Amino acid sequence: MHPAPSVILFSVFSGMGFGLLAFLGFGFVQAAGWIAFLWWGLGYGLAVIGLLAASFHLGNPKNALKAFSQWRTSWLSREAWASVATLLLLAPMALSDWLGLGLWRGFGCLGAVLALVTVFTTAMIYTQIKAVPRWHHWSTPLVFLAFALTGGAVLAGLAVAQVLLAGLVALLLLVWRIGDGQFARAGQSMNTATGLQGEISVFERGHTAGNYLLREMIYVVGRKHAAKLRGLSLVLVGPLPALVLALSGLAVWGFAVAALLHLIGALMVRWLFFAQAEHVVGLYYGAR
Amino acid sequence: MTALPQTTAKKLGLVIDLDTCVGCQACVTACKGWNDQGAGLSDQQPYGADPSGTFLNRVHSFEVQPPEGEAQIVNFPRSCLHCEDAPCVTVCPTGASYKRAEDGIVLVNEDACIGCGLCAWACPYGARELDQAAGVMKKCTLCVDRIYNENLPEEDREPACVRGCPTGARHFGDFADPDSKVSKLTAAREGYALMPDLGTKPVNRYLPPRKKDLRHEASVLAPLLDIQASGFAGWLDRVLGKI
Amino acid sequence: MTTQPKINLSPKVSDEVRRTTCYMCACRCGINVHLKSGSVSYIEGNRDHPVNKGVLCAKGASGIMQVKAPSRLRAPLRRVGPRGSGAFEEISWDEALALAVSWMKPLRETAPEKFAFFTGRDQSQSLTGWWAQAFGTPNYAAHGGFCSVNMAAGGIYTIGGAFWEFGQPDWERTKMFVLFGVAEDHDSNPIKIGLGKLKERGAKVVGINPIRTGYNAVADDWYGITPGTDGLLILSLIHCLLQAGKIDLDYLAQFTNAPLLVIEDGPEKGLILKNAESQPFVIDKRTGAPAPWDGLGVQPDLGAVYQGHRTVFQHMAERYLLPEYAPEAVAERCGIPAARIRSLAAELADVAFNQAIEIDQPWTDFRGNAHATMTGRPVSFHAMRGISAHANGFQTARALHLLQIVLGTVEVPGGYRLKPPYPKPVEAHPTPHFTSAPGKPLSGPHLGYVRGPENLALLPDGSPARIDKAFTWENPLSAHGLMHMLIPNAHAGDPYKIDTLLLYMANMAWNSSMNSAAVMKMLTDKTEDGDYVIPRIIYSDAYASEMVAYADLILPDTTYLERHDCISLLDRPISEPDAAGDSIRWPVVEPDRDVRPFQSVLLDLGARLGLAPMVKEDGSPKFKDYADYIVNHIRRPGVGPLIGFRGDGSAEGRGDANPEQINRYIENGGFYQAHIPPEASFYKPWNARYQDWAVETSLYETPQPYLFTIWSEPLRRFQMAGEGLGAHQPPDHLRAGLMQTMDPLPIWYEPAPEPDYPLHALTQRPMDMYHSWGSQNAWLRQIRGMNYLYLPTKVWQSNGFQAGDYARVSSRNGTIVVPVAHMAALNEHTVWTWNAIGKRKGAWALDEDAPEATEGFLLNHLISELLPDQGDGRRRSNSDPVTGQAAWFDLKVKIERVGPRDEAEPAFGAIPRAVPQGGDRL
Ligand SMILES: Nc1nc2c(c(=O)[nH]1)N[C@H]1C(S)=C(S)[C@@H](COP(=O)(O)OP(=O)(O)OC[C@H]3O[C@@H](n4cnc5c(=O)[nH]c(N)nc54)[C@H](O)[C@@H]3O)O[C@H]1N2
Ligand SMILES: Nc1nc2c(c(=O)[nH]1)N[C@H]1C(S)=C(S)[C@@H](COP(=O)(O)OP(=O)(O)OC[C@H]3O[C@@H](n4cnc5c(=O)[nH]c(N)nc54)[C@H](O)[C@@H]3O)O[C@H]1N2
Ligand code: SF4
Ligand code: SF4
Ligand code: SF4
Ligand code: SF4
Ligand code: SF4
Ligand SMILES: [Mo]
Repeated sequence: MHPAPSVILFSVFSGMGFGLLAFLGFGFVQAAGWIAFLWWGLGYGLAVIGLLAASFHLGNPKNALKAFSQWRTSWLSREAWASVATLLLLAPMALSDWLGLGLWRGFGCLGAVLALVTVFTTAMIYTQIKAVPRWHHWSTPLVFLAFALTGGAVLAGLAVAQVLLAGLVALLLLVWRIGDGQFARAGQSMNTATGLQGEISVFERGHTAGNYLLREMIYVVGRKHAAKLRGLSLVLVGPLPALVLALSGLAVWGFAVAALLHLIGALMVRWLFFAQAEHVVGLYYGAR
Repeated sequence: MTALPQTTAKKLGLVIDLDTCVGCQACVTACKGWNDQGAGLSDQQPYGADPSGTFLNRVHSFEVQPPEGEAQIVNFPRSCLHCEDAPCVTVCPTGASYKRAEDGIVLVNEDACIGCGLCAWACPYGARELDQAAGVMKKCTLCVDRIYNENLPEEDREPACVRGCPTGARHFGDFADPDSKVSKLTAAREGYALMPDLGTKPVNRYLPPRKKDLRHEASVLAPLLDIQASGFAGWLDRVLGKI
Repeated sequence: MTTQPKINLSPKVSDEVRRTTCYMCACRCGINVHLKSGSVSYIEGNRDHPVNKGVLCAKGASGIMQVKAPSRLRAPLRRVGPRGSGAFEEISWDEALALAVSWMKPLRETAPEKFAFFTGRDQSQSLTGWWAQAFGTPNYAAHGGFCSVNMAAGGIYTIGGAFWEFGQPDWERTKMFVLFGVAEDHDSNPIKIGLGKLKERGAKVVGINPIRTGYNAVADDWYGITPGTDGLLILSLIHCLLQAGKIDLDYLAQFTNAPLLVIEDGPEKGLILKNAESQPFVIDKRTGAPAPWDGLGVQPDLGAVYQGHRTVFQHMAERYLLPEYAPEAVAERCGIPAARIRSLAAELADVAFNQAIEIDQPWTDFRGNAHATMTGRPVSFHAMRGISAHANGFQTARALHLLQIVLGTVEVPGGYRLKPPYPKPVEAHPTPHFTSAPGKPLSGPHLGYVRGPENLALLPDGSPARIDKAFTWENPLSAHGLMHMLIPNAHAGDPYKIDTLLLYMANMAWNSSMNSAAVMKMLTDKTEDGDYVIPRIIYSDAYASEMVAYADLILPDTTYLERHDCISLLDRPISEPDAAGDSIRWPVVEPDRDVRPFQSVLLDLGARLGLAPMVKEDGSPKFKDYADYIVNHIRRPGVGPLIGFRGDGSAEGRGDANPEQINRYIENGGFYQAHIPPEASFYKPWNARYQDWAVETSLYETPQPYLFTIWSEPLRRFQMAGEGLGAHQPPDHLRAGLMQTMDPLPIWYEPAPEPDYPLHALTQRPMDMYHSWGSQNAWLRQIRGMNYLYLPTKVWQSNGFQAGDYARVSSRNGTIVVPVAHMAALNEHTVWTWNAIGKRKGAWALDEDAPEATEGFLLNHLISELLPDQGDGRRRSNSDPVTGQAAWFDLKVKIERVGPRDEAEPAFGAIPRAVPQGGDRL
């Protein structure tokens, strides 16, 4: 799949933002006044930047509001609702933290849960796509949630971040392993794609010019470097931030540097999430 | 209307005969021509170094090496299969993608489409292309603007690709009707669905290539006699004696 | 849940539909052109049209992109810089025509042969040929010589008709169809429609082709033959059939020259024995005595020996029963196992004889014998350039016709059927005319069918009369001329120098020439005096092709939707086996540029030159334009370009000019058909009713039944000359060749042995591109904008090729470096690519970095127009020695891996643009 920057930015930023919002909502972070404003602002900022980035992915954004209409069946629609609901629901809590209004925390907890639900709905957009076997797996929501929580924890400056960072690394290693076999397990081949028997190869792919499918669904360029990128991203996403946190003795600057490193790692992992995902339509082009 | 209809009165679709398709690409440009007028299927860099445009139907060719015998080439047209359980419809956030209750045709309401591309991701068959100029999703309409079109003579109320296919490898009809040509062809020639395990329940069917390169019994050709022994004269007598 | 949107299920399709004829290729299908606000909005097939019956090919359905292409030329151009520099200035039509006349007129008055007129994809040869005849130059031909004259001549000299588009299998009835060497052919849609019918009925399709794509991909059986060996395979099939006695003796006896007698000895050895009235005769089985070949009730004896002379049948059988034609003897060279050859022969025999069909249709033959039914042997064949584009193609085509004849399957139900004006034997065709004189027209048509050495186009000193050396001892039966030798000969001044070349619709500076790079140089070479070696070139094209840069004067043509055209029975009509047919094009849209239809321009030039048939007595132009000519030109009394709606509108075939004729054609969908009566629809060469109908319809002047030619006297006459017999004698160095290749019975010889180059290199026509002119089409070029050289598994593996690689491909003529791909369904000694995809940078209004110009390539650079020196210092043209057919497919190459690259070689500099590059919008 084409690793479109807009979608990578969207899912990483909004994931991290909703993760932070979740921690803020639950009240894991004790802050007040301008500190609270900054913290909540960071959460909102990331989430909104993410959502804006997503709109850049649209070919026809003027209809964007229509995306709310199909919540009954469409995870994208649900995500739209969930994200807006989260942002609206948490607003009073944020105000309360900032201005010290003392709103009941239960309200924040509700919003926090919704924030995680939002991340889940985002993940489900990918998970539901049977045509991309790597995504169509229980691990996709898990990874998205893990990223949200880990990123959120780092941004929230919580010590538990260290545990989460370690857990994320383990999870990624596992998920990559599973993911690499997913296409094969899904059982789709050039034979099922064409219904033909025997050993099949592409003779001519029907057009020598490019098209939308090739650009969007059949992204092959990045895979050569995938192994290298995986290693690098893994280090950036977990061990390195953890090391910085440890070295800094959980100082604020440590969290800041760790968050930045984690963010870069997360972007790389998400890039790989797309670039390494193979759509079954590639079978028609002899390229997965 | 993102939810799929429970059932559709008709199941309109295509049968594509892989035993007959010569890969001429006529259906590709017939489709482009019909759908380009007015509605518009744009082309980027039409005369440039990297041309690229929207097509609703593409014809691939595959090389097939059977377990025994010589390699074969099979031409393979690919367009929307108008799936009964169309994942492209259910993923659509706007309701732009929908399956018609009356005949099962899967369409995009371009006025509602945001061009998110999700439906194209959801389609296993590559049947949807996002038009770069319009920013909205395009797909095979099963020529819904032809098949009921009262401005067209009765005989022309069929998809442009079917009307134009020079070999007659494409057939259009109602799979819900067991007596339709498409149902009968599917039954007679063991028409099959593509990637059935994905649960999309395609309506379109493909007819497999017939068995090839079968040898013929050479006994019809038993020599009249041993020419070496009886010579040309003997052969001539035998042959002409037969008149 | 929202509700389904309401959509308009009955949108208005267009304002108006105009029915005309497609010209995205030479198949000439009927099209419905839809117009919205006066411009073309959609093109679909015309269901009523006999050629395509509503369907269209990929090209036809993209015609709108051709008519709107940015590559369209816009105004007449005069060269102002050096040739090839692309420096042109736009001039007015008056200036352009005056300039052309100033070049042509002095030539006509002094030496008409110094003016040559050659046409490429010309569909108005009856006009262009007539015009050249009026001008008086011997130098005229259309593209047939580099295209498929072997097919035409092999057929005419054997059955009085050919494959190509001049006949077709009886698609309704045939049970087994065997296709030799066809990727697409001119009959694009009819063949596809026909194949569809066979598939629907479950009839058997057999493909004989080194490459298994397209029609061969859907064939039930595929024989991946080694190129150039079809003749061997076919003669081996004949061997098997003869051996088993599975031949149609009745058919051979009645309808072919098998029962005629061959002179055994003496100065006439090998000619057909004639009686005192100079008529061939047969031995009647009833009496054992000689009887007229066309006598009522005569039963010709195939086994007769008369005064020591034996029948053609015996000569034939004796020849092909030889062990050298046994499957085992040919298998290895053909690349087909002996068992498969036998299996194919068995199947042919089985279908022809055990599954014969009968139609309840009485008919009467030319001898007067009445037949109650029509018997059919439902095996049919079709072949084209896979056979004809080899230097043994003429004899191979003859062999294939012989196979059809011994199976008794030509012109019978279920077999191969000819389309009017065919059948038409050699005797009904003209001989070539070539004698030119200042200020005089030629005495007859240029192209024809020679009967013997006395018809050769030689000057009194024995030198060639024509610039292309057609109809000489080198290529005696070159019925279509040798277009591919025009520029090389003109450049070499051999046989003589010419002054002005008029070319029409032929991309000679690129894909249509052998050795393109050398041809480009020939076109720009100068003499020591600084003049061009080929002094003047006038060219008519509709588009900015590669050739445009090499002309001195460009006469821009209209596109096919902007002009009148006439697809005439005097030329290459659109007949069907059951009907004679012709058609027109008419301007369904007006040109928006300063362009004129070439045919009208030609008539205008003719009038300005004062050519007799183009001027009135007062010297004023006789025809206003081509449309006027189509209606009012009279070729023979009562016969004009179109057969329909003549006279008062009801006359068919013969009749006066009808001023309403074109309108009547337009009302009728652009075409006309004259239907053949049912009792005349088969056995046409021998069917009395058909012969009469053909005379009524103006195809013949008198009935002319004839026998199929197994033993060819014209060929034998040349062979005899080679042997030293006869009044006309060839140069000594050609004797051996004539004796070998001009065999009166079909033979096989290896076309061009080249031991250093082990692989055959072929091209195929893509179904979605027409030669060079498809690439300017924005839709089609997305389908096929570059090409690979396909390599068979052995070559791929043994050289360690990988996806993305390029290869260096060399022939004795040169080297190219091109992208390659693997293909298993391919003869193991063959490599191939799609024809004419490669484009010169700067041509066709494409970006210079267009894939057509970077990765796309031609094999033409590897093909020499000359054969290697045979040790005697002479180099013959790379052509079939019988007909002069360009031997494109005799190319042999070797291959080396060079690894990944991103541009093919040779990469020529960009040619300057005759029109601006196409924009980003359509
Ligand atoms: N779409 C399209 N249609 C066209 C044209 C076009 O450019 N595009 N061009 C038109 C013209 S000008 C012509 S002349 C016709 C030609 O029509 P075709 O005769 O179909 O011409 P080619 O494409 O050259 O195909 C030659 C075929 O012969 C095979 N072949 C080569 N050598 C041998 C051999 O030795 N034995 C056998 N058995 N097969 C062999 C090749 O693999 C190929 O399949 O097509 C006409 N129609
Ligand atoms: N390697 C290789 N080379 C081959 C062949 C092969 O099989 N292999 N095949 C050969 C054969 S069979 C043939 S017939 C030739 C074909 O060779 P050509 O007859 O030269 O065919 P095109 O390349 O289509 O060139 C025709 C020219 O006509 C122009 N044209 C198109 N429409 C119009 C119009 O309406 N009016 C005018 N005035 N001009 C127009 C085009 O722009 C183009 O420049 O190629 C030959 N070359
Ligand atoms: S038009 Fe018909 S034969 Fe041609 S590619 Fe399409 S389906 Fe195949
Ligand atoms: S083929 Fe693809 S686009 Fe068509 S209905 Fe099925 S899933 Fe949807
Ligand atoms: S691209 Fe359009 S039709 Fe497809 S899912 Fe998005 S909104 Fe729906
Ligand atoms: S049915 Fe219509 S829209 Fe669909 S592929 Fe055929 S021509 Fe195109
Ligand atoms: S075969 Fe195609 S390009 Fe040729 S005339 Fe017919 S429709 Fe036109
Ligand atoms: Mo040709």
